[in-house]
This record gives sequence, structure tokens and C-alpha cells, in this order.
Amino acid sequence: MDSALVVDRLQFAFTITYHYLFPQLTMGLALLILVLKTVAIRTGDDRYNDSARFWARIFGINFVFGVVTGIPMEFQFGTNWAAFSRYAGGVIGQTLAMEGMFAFFLESAFLGLFLFGERRLGPRGHWVAAFLVFLGSWLSGYFIVVTDAWMQHPVAHQVMPDGSVQLSSFAALLGNPWGLWQYAHTMSGAAITGSVVMASVGAFYVLSGRAAEHGRLFLKVGVIAGLAFSILQLFPTGDRQGKMVAEYQPVTLAAMEAVFTTGPGVPLVIIGQPNMSDRSMDNAISVPNMLSFLTYRRWDATVQGLDAFPTDTWPDNVPLLYYAYHIMVGLGTIMIAILVVSTLLLLRGKLATSRWMLWMLMLMLPFPYIANTAGWLTAEIGRQPWLVYGLMRTSNGISPEVSAGNGLFTLLGFMGMYTILTILFLFLIYREIEHGPAKPAPSVAY
Amino acid sequence: MATAFFVIVAFMLIVYSVLDGFDLGVGAIHWLVGHTREERRVVISAIGPVWDGNEVWLIAAGGTLYFAFPALYASSFSGFYLPLTMVLWLLMLRGISIEVRSHVNDPLWHGLYDFVFTLSGALLTIFLGAALGNVIRGVPLNADGYFFEPLWTNFRITGRVGILDWYTLLIGLMSFVTLANHGAHWLALKTEEPLRERARRLGARLWWLVAILTVVGFFATVWVRPIILESYLTPGWGWLIPVVALGGLGGMALFGARQKDLAAFISSSLYIAGMLGGVAFGMYPTLLPATTDPAYSLTVANSATGAYGLRVGLIWWIFSALLVIGYFCYVYWMFRHRVNVAAGASH
Ligand code: HDD
Ligand code: HEM
Ligand code: HEM
Repeated sequence: MDSALVVDRLQFAFTITYHYLFPQLTMGLALLILVLKTVAIRTGDDRYNDSARFWARIFGINFVFGVVTGIPMEFQFGTNWAAFSRYAGGVIGQTLAMEGMFAFFLESAFLGLFLFGERRLGPRGHWVAAFLVFLGSWLSGYFIVVTDAWMQHPVAHQVMPDGSVQLSSFAALLGNPWGLWQYAHTMSGAAITGSVVMASVGAFYVLSGRAAEHGRLFLKVGVIAGLAFSILQLFPTGDRQGKMVAEYQPVTLAAMEAVFTTGPGVPLVIIGQPNMSDRSMDNAISVPNMLSFLTYRRWDATVQGLDAFPTDTWPDNVPLLYYAYHIMVGLGTIMIAILVVSTLLLLRGKLATSRWMLWMLMLMLPFPYIANTAGWLTAEIGRQPWLVYGLMRTSNGISPEVSAGNGLFTLLGFMGMYTILTILFLFLIYREIEHGPAKPAPSVAY
Repeated sequence: MATAFFVIVAFMLIVYSVLDGFDLGVGAIHWLVGHTREERRVVISAIGPVWDGNEVWLIAAGGTLYFAFPALYASSFSGFYLPLTMVLWLLMLRGISIEVRSHVNDPLWHGLYDFVFTLSGALLTIFLGAALGNVIRGVPLNADGYFFEPLWTNFRITGRVGILDWYTLLIGLMSFVTLANHGAHWLALKTEEPLRERARRLGARLWWLVAILTVVGFFATVWVRPIILESYLTPGWGWLIPVVALGGLGGMALFGARQKDLAAFISSSLYIAGMLGGVAFGMYPTLLPATTDPAYSLTVANSATGAYGLRVGLIWWIFSALLVIGYFCYVYWMFRHRVNVAAGASH
């Protein structure tokens, strides 16, 4: 492999994976804060307002890091993926530009008012500001996911005389069936991150005995919302995403499940290691016929294995794809289990006193982040070797005049910069959590 | 249709320069206007609620450029690889320094972020100006429409050019002075004594530099790319643009002296808009001239996407632009008051 290609891919993967650590919480919390504000208005219970303020502060910090790590993403399409941009910019640029015009402007205009304008706006005005921030962040998720969906399942395009593609139907681009399910699944994933973080911080406050009252409230909202969204994550959204992959990218499905040979009644591997030299599964523990059933709803349906496809259309890293996919699904299942038990305890009024369960909820904090990252890894590695599925190979998309050395320099620069950002972020978040939800926020914005 | 997008992208970049221009300019003069920790906080709070929205103009202009002229986006972003990546890092540092400063109340912490804020603001004004200089001077495009420029070579404008040469440095300097002046006018408008007085004095001094550089920059540009002047010699309304720029320049001096802060700030904005608009008008229909062979230049005609995409783009763009103007009016209205030292006394 050409080393400029490796460096460009690594840089994109690193920067986007890092970026997505922030928006997933922003989008999830935007929804939950709106819920808290709504309950506060309905019931007049001030604890909900305090809680909304506390989470708004966390939101604000997280948002800043999301913004500064988001800007490099758009630039990189031009700097590192020039051939791809020249080829597909006429199509994917539409949705990227719409994201800026419809979502980012909305979000940035109302975030300041939402964070610092509570007194000036009054309760209803402040609710509206919270709603507009929520709308902006969910719209930006939509536009970016449709962009990605076009790369996974390119619709609505026409080849121009110079070989590049142009848009042929705006409605079909925005209504890409792949994109709609992908959006539902991604947003639900973001809501899980928001809920689990809320529940986990709540568990911390209850366990440590400070701010226990707000902690119980966080637990209630986080656990209930978390359960609802983690079920939606599996069904229907995850299931439908899987069907999309089976229909439009069958070779990706074979690689995600590491099915090497085509056949009827294919088992579902729960644990096992793909062995690329033997093209078989080491130490597999599997459920007979399950994969056939899940994919086609028939126990003896034939599932195409990797052997049904030419090797040069296989995703180029089958084991990583397989692990990423299984980690996502595995964590999804574990989270559902933990949240079902917590909800039962909550309903019986015993959650706040079950210390073992609180410990589990507190330590669950990284799970949704890992699952979301693993999910994107599945989608993006699964798309390989295509940059635009079936149309353009990844190796043809990089900037022809940018050398590997320059790419490596900027990749290392981003790594250094992001290391510092991480330290700063953790420090600021630690201070907010330490400060707690009970006391009023300091009133100075800048 | 492609011409409409040329106008739209130029418009968005001008709005970006006027709006984020004062944020960057405020950064560049942050240390000169604010002397104490508290005063520097006030300086930052004069742009705090608006800088992110202003920066979105850059992102949105980038997105619009991306879909309307994909070939130009691909070519220029990869060709300016290193300086653009540095611009990114500076933008990141700038955003972080504004937002993180207030979280900890400590002199060292504030000192650190004040320093980062000033440095990133000043460097960004120079980088953005140098980028404009490169677009005017032209770049070594090859037959496939790509190029790659080193940071500098021998500082000449012909032969194997780099990002920095005497001309692009001149434009970088001009951008630095212009935006520092613009930032001073914004602070004069948004703050109270003693900051207002300092900002006004700084603006009055910088005006001379702006005026001198305008003349120098004009002759240099005509020397580097004579075609810009020719566009104005053909009959039409084009001459109005330099009149706006000169009017802005005169307005700054006039209103600055009479302490009419709002009018002076508007004059400064018109000056920037007129200067950039003048360049855009003069360059049209070329987007990125080639120094290698004029036939390789990227133009409105050879880098636009298909007609259908441009047509739908125009429809939603107009709709969204109206919404955006609405948000901006609302936010700037909510934030119309001067900021002062007293308001932050609780900190
Ligand atoms: C909290 C996060 C989370 C959790 C628990 C799950 N997912 Fe997921 N999944 C995502 C977060 C995610 C994601 C980050 O949102 C992805 C990445 C790209 C995308 O469209 O959504 C994704 C992609 C994704 C794909 C598409 C892969 C491709 O495009 O090649 C499939 C088939 C599934 N998921 C299926 C599931 C199933 C059956 C789950 C069972 C519980 C599941 N996901 C849990
Ligand atoms: C809508 C948003 C997205 C778009 C348009 C997009 C586009 C791209 C592009 C252009 C590449 C480089 C070519 C390649 O190696 O395939 C890429 C790779 C990659 N992206 Fe995405 N991406 C998006 C979202 C994400 C997100 C949110 C993540 C992760 C959190 C992600 C993870 C990756 C990874 C890991 C790679 C490297 C895959 C590999 O090299 O094998 N992507 N994506
Ligand atoms: C290649 C892909 C991506 C690009 C080009 C990109 C670009 C950007 C940019 C420029 C910003 C800053 C906006 C501002 O200044 O207000 C941003 C923030 C944001 N992005 Fe991304 N992004 C990408 C991937 C994603 C994905 C996959 C999602 C969600 C599914 C996402 C959701 C958001 C959200 C919600 C924000 C607001 C800031 C925040 O919440 O932290 N982005 N993005």
C-alpha cells in the first residue's frame, strides 16, 4: 500500500473518531436537557432546573471541544482527499454546506443565549433556546449522516463528462433509505451516551454521598431514557441497519460476521477469532442457524460467505471489522441487561440503596463511547475498499500532490494537539463534577 | 448559475472577514487595549457571545465552495496543505483560549490564555491575508489542476513560488493592520472607559498605516496581476466598489475623530468589504490563476458542478441565508449593550 494513503486514512480516522467523542454527548444531552426543562416547567420543581443548569455547563464545555475538533474535518476533505472531493464534491458538498447553513448557525446563535441568558429570557424563552440548541445539534447529525450514507450507498447521482459525479435528485439524496436508518441508529446511540453519562454521574453522587438528591434524579432520568434508547438501538434501528448492509453490501456483512464459506443455515458466532490464513474461525462459540434467521428470517436461508466475492472487493481488514462489530453488539447487549435490572430496581424504589448496582452504573460510563466508536469503525472499515461504495476506491481518493511526509507531520501534530485537548477537557469536566449541581453557577460568562 | 455562486461565495467570505475579522483583530490588540486581568476579561467578553457564530461563516463558506466548485476546493486545499493545517491549529487554539479562560480564576491561567488568544489572533490575520495574496498572485497549477506549494522559496513572485513571498507577505501585513484596526473600532463600540479611549486612540494611529498600505497594496497588486485593473476600465458599475472602499477609509478617519463609534465601525466594515469585493470583481471569472500556463487556471466555468446541483443549491441557500440573517440580527440585538468592568465584579 502506498504510504501516503495509509497516513491520510490514519489521520482521517484519528481526527473523526476523536471529534465524534464530543458530538455524541452533545446530541444526547441536548435531548435530556430539554426533557429536564420540560419537567421543570410542568411541575415547577426546582431540582429539575438545577439539574438542567448543571448539565448545561457540562454541555457547554463539551460543545467547545466538539466545535474546535469539527473544523478540521471539513478542511480535510480538501487537504487530504482532494481527488475524492473533485470527484464527489458536487454531491456530498450539498449536505455539508446545508449542515453549516441550517445547523451550525442555529446552534451557535442560540447556545450562548441558552447558557447565559436564563434570567433575561425567562422560563419559556429559555425553554425555546434549549429547544433550538437541540434542533441545531440533531439537524447537524442528520446532514452529516446523510453525507456518510451517500458514501455507503450512493444514490441520486449522474456522471459528468469529466468523470466526476453531480447531483441528480435532491429529494433522493436527503431521503436515502440507508441514511434514514443510519440516522435513527446514530441518534439513538448518541442518546444512549447522554443517558448513561447522566446515570453514571448520578450513581457517583449517590455513592459518594454528595449531592445525593440530585444524584437520584440523574439516576432516574438516565436509567429510564437509557433503557428506552438501548432497546431502540437493537430494534428496530440496529436490525434494519443490518438488513441494509445485507442488501446493499453483502460482502461487508460476510466480513462483519467473518463468514468465510457460503452455505445454508449459517451459525451466528458469539465469540471467536477470524483466522485469515486458514480462512476459518478459531475457537468459535456459536448459535447454530442463527445468522440465517436474523438476516432472512428463515433458519435454513443461504448466507453468502466471503468466498462468494472476489478478494479485491473484501474489506481490507476483516478481523478488525469483525471485532469492532462484535464489540458494538456485545456492549449493546450488556447495556440493555444492566439497564433492565436498574429500571426494575428503580421502579421498586431500591436503586439508590443497591450499592453494587450503583457501582455498575458508575463504571458503565465508557461503554457507550466504545460502542459508538466501534459502530463507526464497523461502518467505515466495512465500506472498504471503497470510498464511495462501488464507484470510487479509497486508494484513488487521496490528494495527488500531498506527500506522505507532509501527511505524517500533520497527523503527529493533531495527535499532540489532541493530547493536550484531552487533558484540558478532563480537567474542566472534573472541576464541574466536583463543583456539583446544587450550588448556583458563577454568573460570569467570559 | 455558476456566476451566482461566485457571488455567493465571495459574499460569504466577505461577511466572514468583516465579522470574524473583528474577533481576530480584537485578539491581535488584546494586550494593547486591556492592561489588567479584569480589563482583558472585558475585552474577551466583547466578542464572547458572537465569535463562534462569526466563525461559522468560514465553515459555511467552505461548504458552499465545496459543492459549487469542487475542483477549486480540491485543488486549493491540497495545494495549501501546510498553511491550511496551521490555520486549523490556530483556529482551534483561538476558540479554546476564549472559552476556557473564564473557567479558572487564577492569574497564571488567565495569563496563559491571554497569550494564546493574542498570538493565535495575530497569526491568523497574517495567514488569511497571505492566503488571499496567493490567490491573487496565482499558483503553479499543473495540467490535472493540482499544485503543492512549499512555505517559501526565494520570496520572488515568479518561478518556483512559495506561500510566502514579498507580495503575499505584504498582503498578510495589510490584513493584520486592517483587522487590528477593525478590532479597535469594535472595542471602541462595545466597551467603556478606559478601554474605549485606548481603543479609539489605537484606531486613530492604525488608520495611517491602513491608508499607506492601501496605496502600496494597490500598486503592488496591479503590478502582480494587471488584469485586475483592466476589469475596471471596461464600462460598467465596477468602479462603485473601490468608491465604497475609499468611502470606508475616509469614514473611519472622519467618524473616528468625532467619536462616532458605530459609524466608524461600519466604515471599517465597508472598507474591508470594498477591498475584498474589489479583488473578487477584478478576478472574475478566474478563481485561481495558474502561474504555469494560463490555460490551467481554474475558472468559474471549468470548476463548477452540474447545473441541477447549483439550481437546488441556490434555492435552499437563499432560504437558509434569510434564517441566518434573522438569527444574527436577534443575537446582536440581545448583545447590543456595552460591556464593562463592573458587570464582572462578582468574579
Ligand atoms: C451506543 C452505541 C451503539 C450500540 C449499543 C449499537 N450500535 Fe450499531 N452503530 C452505532 C452505535 C451503536 C453507530 C455509531 O451509530 C453506527 C456507526 C455508523 C452508523 O450508522 O451507526 C452503528 C452502525 C451499525 C451497523 C451498520 C454497519 C455498517 O454500516 O456497515 C449495524 C448493522 C449496527 N450498527 C447494528 C447494531 C446492532 C444489531 C446492535 C445491537 C445491540 C447495535 N448496532 C448496537
Ligand atoms: C458523515 C460523516 C463521515 C464521513 C463523510 C466520513 C468519511 C470518511 C472518509 C473520506 C474516510 C477516508 C477514506 C477511508 O479510509 O475510507 C473515512 C474513513 C474513516 N472514517 Fe469516516 N466518515 C464519517 C464519519 C465517521 C465517524 C463519525 C467516524 C468515527 C467515529 C468515522 C470513522 C472513520 C474511520 C475509522 C475511517 C478509517 C477507515 C479505514 O481507513 O479503514 N467516520 N471516513
Ligand atoms: C466528516 C465528518 C464531519 C465533519 C466535516 C464535521 C464538521 C463539524 C464542524 C465544522 C463542527 C463545528 C461547528 C461549529 O463551529 O459550530 C462540528 C461540530 C459538530 N458535529 Fe461534526 N463533523 C463531522 C462528523 C460528525 C458526525 C458523524 C456527527 C454526528 C453524528 C457530528 C455532529 C456534530 C455536532 C452535533 C456538532 C456541534 C458541536 C458539538 O456538538 O460538539 N459531526 N462538526
